[in-house]
Amino acid sequence: MPTTEATTVTIRIPTPLRSATDGASTVEVKGTTVNDALRTLVDQYPELKDNLYNEDDELRRFVNIYVGDDDIRFGDGVETPLEGGDEVSIVPSIAGG
Amino acid sequence: MITTPNVLEAIRQHGADAYPEEGCGFLLGTVTDDGTNRVTTLHRAANRHAENRERRYELTADDYREADAAAHEQALDVVGTYHSHPDHPAAPSETDLAEAPFPGYTYVIVSVHDGTPKDLTAWSLAPDRSEFHRERITVESPETA
Repeated sequence: MPTTEATTVTIRIPTPLRSATDGASTVEVKGTTVNDALRTLVDQYPELKDNLYNEDDELRRFVNIYVGDDDIRFGDGVETPLEGGDEVSIVPSIAGG
Repeated sequence: MITTPNVLEAIRQHGADAYPEEGCGFLLGTVTDDGTNRVTTLHRAANRHAENRERRYELTADDYREADAAAHEQALDVVGTYHSHPDHPAAPSETDLAEAPFPGYTYVIVSVHDGTPKDLTAWSLAPDRSEFHRERITVESPETA
């Protein structure tokens, strides 16, 4: 069995979504890409799904994902590879009129 | 939300300073056991919208990360946002509803008429994102907040 230890990453949860993670501000999940990690997260905490994904099962427009200090939009998007110990942050952008 | 007179005054002041454009920023604080946002301080931000800043505002992900870092330095969290409505009522617009991120944040709006801040209201996004609900503002003295 290959070890999966190397692909355990920490996901940082924004304050209002912690009601869906039993109050946890960070959640450790396994995943080799951002998509893997986020899908595992919403499987574990189903209430998060509608907040992160739209009707087309894509990340909502205002949901930005960072790996460390890097916005995945400037990497490989949700296919951005992860290494063990990476910190993945869910970061909202906000607009209005 | 629960907050202090100083926080409300600071939001009004930012609305006045930004006039005739919309001013915006983040509400920092904690969440009480019953899920109410307790706002103890502000983090001002720039209105990043590229144009028409009299009618639109934008806070980028980098702005959020900066506010989040400032919050953590004070052992606080980002619990909401605020913005001003120059010469418009302190009620969410259709754009506000369409662009709002997560339920659970407190969204404060201050109306500013001719440069003078007027009404200040707080709102929360319905879990199904269909509408905003008016949120009660409880004002405590700074000592107890």
